[in-house]
Amino acid sequence: MVGAQLEAETPKVASVGGGGADRPIRLRSIHSDDLILLAGAAVASLCLVALLYVGLTAQPTVASFIFWWFIAFVAMYWLAVRRVEGKLVAKDRLWTVLISAGTAALVVPLVLIIGFVIYKGVATLTPHFFVQTAEFCGQLDAATCGGVGHAIVGTVEEVGIAVVIAVPLGVLCAVFLNEIGGPFKRPVRLIVDAMSGVPSIVAGLFIYAVWVVGLNRGFSGFGASLALSILMLPTITRTSEEVLRLVPGGLREGALALGASEWRTVWGVVLPTARSGLITAVILGVARSVGETAPLILTSFGSSVFNASPLSGAQEALPHYVYQYITYNPGTGPYQRAWSAAVVLIALVLGLFTLARVIGARTSIEGRQRRAMKRARARSAAHDAEINLNGVPVG
Amino acid sequence: MSVAIGQGIRAAEDKPRKILPSRGRADRVYRRLASGAGLFTLLILVLIGLFLVIRALPAFRQMGLAFLTTTQWQPDGVRHQFGIAAILYWTAVIAVIALLIAVPISIAGALFINEYAPRRLRRSLTALVDLLAAIPSVIYGIWGLAFLQPQFVGVSKWITDNLGFVPIFKTNGVNYAGSALIAGVVVSLMVVPICTSVMREVFSQTPPSEKEAALALGASRWGMIRAVVLPFGRGGIIGGAMLGLGRALGETIAVALIISPVTVISPHILQSGANSVAALIALQFGEATQKYGIPALMAAGLSLFVVTLVVNFFASMVVARSRSGKGVEI
Repeated sequence: MVGAQLEAETPKVASVGGGGADRPIRLRSIHSDDLILLAGAAVASLCLVALLYVGLTAQPTVASFIFWWFIAFVAMYWLAVRRVEGKLVAKDRLWTVLISAGTAALVVPLVLIIGFVIYKGVATLTPHFFVQTAEFCGQLDAATCGGVGHAIVGTVEEVGIAVVIAVPLGVLCAVFLNEIGGPFKRPVRLIVDAMSGVPSIVAGLFIYAVWVVGLNRGFSGFGASLALSILMLPTITRTSEEVLRLVPGGLREGALALGASEWRTVWGVVLPTARSGLITAVILGVARSVGETAPLILTSFGSSVFNASPLSGAQEALPHYVYQYITYNPGTGPYQRAWSAAVVLIALVLGLFTLARVIGARTSIEGRQRRAMKRARARSAAHDAEINLNGVPVG
Repeated sequence: MSVAIGQGIRAAEDKPRKILPSRGRADRVYRRLASGAGLFTLLILVLIGLFLVIRALPAFRQMGLAFLTTTQWQPDGVRHQFGIAAILYWTAVIAVIALLIAVPISIAGALFINEYAPRRLRRSLTALVDLLAAIPSVIYGIWGLAFLQPQFVGVSKWITDNLGFVPIFKTNGVNYAGSALIAGVVVSLMVVPICTSVMREVFSQTPPSEKEAALALGASRWGMIRAVVLPFGRGGIIGGAMLGLGRALGETIAVALIISPVTVISPHILQSGANSVAALIALQFGEATQKYGIPALMAAGLSLFVVTLVVNFFASMVVARSRSGKGVEI
């Protein structure tokens, strides 16, 4: 009995990948009888819930049906595995199901959110929506009246200026943390960590206190840029620091040994090596700040007219447009326009995010090293072949 | 780089000689610039605190210590009475609800990505978690308002009908929209990514030899996780949860869109009516007067700033101190 159980719960270990020095063992624990148990429990619980829940409840809904089905499935599956394989295996399978369900709870909302926003907003998305403004559109106008041209211009300007402020500062800060160090390294890193937790509304309050009222500049796009750059700074600093840390120390030492100054080493060797990672860091920072709404309420305030000047006067931005118009009654024109603007915003964020992934993946240091090694191996193989052919090494 | 060697190296003394590099002007400028950037970040944080204190002073002068104990919020009312007590209470309630939902999901997600998922899926799941973090909070807010809330009202009604004997689930049975629970659920979706990525990082530091030792001793996969991965990653779980708490406390737009603001302390989380400091600032800013309203909001912002700073410092400390957190950046 004990022996049988031990055998049953010993995981089947796949062969360790050839030559992989420190690769963890991959567990492969799905077998055909497991699948049969899984499918059986799923079908049985579906039938049970369909009979009991739908039969006994007055108004069954899809969401609660899935909920009860899941509960019944977990219980049945656990009982079945316990009967066939024993207590320990049943526990293992139970947790596998629960952990997978938790992961599904992480993925499903993303699909629901993106799908729902597109479903609500895409119908009234017309070409002129991207260029016109909300100036001549009231509550009673149709959903297709006007557009978010002014908000797109505002968002691009505000985020653009924030990038111009935050990127040099963030990258320099990362260079300081990684290349210079010294007694201030620890407190600065601690502060950068703490800053990434500063609520966005507090950054907005700060800029309102300093810029809008303190220096009496009034609401303007530039104030929003200042607030956004405070929020962007820690993201850029930390991501760039991580990238800089991946630059091999040998490159730095090589440059220094060749007589380059520290400045030339960083500018000519370290930063170009980390270029793609730095671009990814910047795009991620931008993707985060494009959707920030809270600081805009206090700094650029929002407006329905076109204002191309970031330095004077209130300015609209996409997330603020959504926030402002979603509060109208469902069914009205402004409410519907908010959904269309949300589609534009989500498309912008998704586009930026994909761009960051593509650049990050194509030219990551890791990938580049892997390709370089492949080339070197091919070269040495060709070299060997040549030796074999001619009997003497060439070159 | 030229190196000036300290004078006279005596053979008897076994000390490393002192290296005094003499840098060119460009290097000196570069070092000063980079250090300046580092110190500037420090300065910004100090300035944020300083300016909030200065702007909030009139509010503290008006209310004194009663600011912390008063529940009502009427800075522009006749008697200018306002305090943070009820608002902080509801902020904490929403954050706790969010964490109760987000932490188990994050642990499951982190374990799945590290221990269960095949390598290909692992990479796309990690990207997906990053994408969740990049979705703007206003999008979460409008989704919560238009999609989740109508669905969730039924759930709230079911809970109060069946579990109403528990004080926190009791309601007046009239209105379930705009409750702390719905706001908490939406905020939980927004803190899941940060929790998951911290926990995933920490779990991935588990030494493979210890995991394989557990498997070799006959543990099932769950047995291995419980015996090795979870104890090893405890610091990361606590730190990640606290980091999520910091985010949940400061969440603005999604909460502002969903809640129906109240300034009364009550235990009814299913019933319409909740509040949060950040949402209060966003909602009240438009009609606040420069004399009382704005300083009062500044004082509220200052309290939020202090609370999130403390929570975040603790989180970084917990992660950095734990065995698993060494070398993990949060």
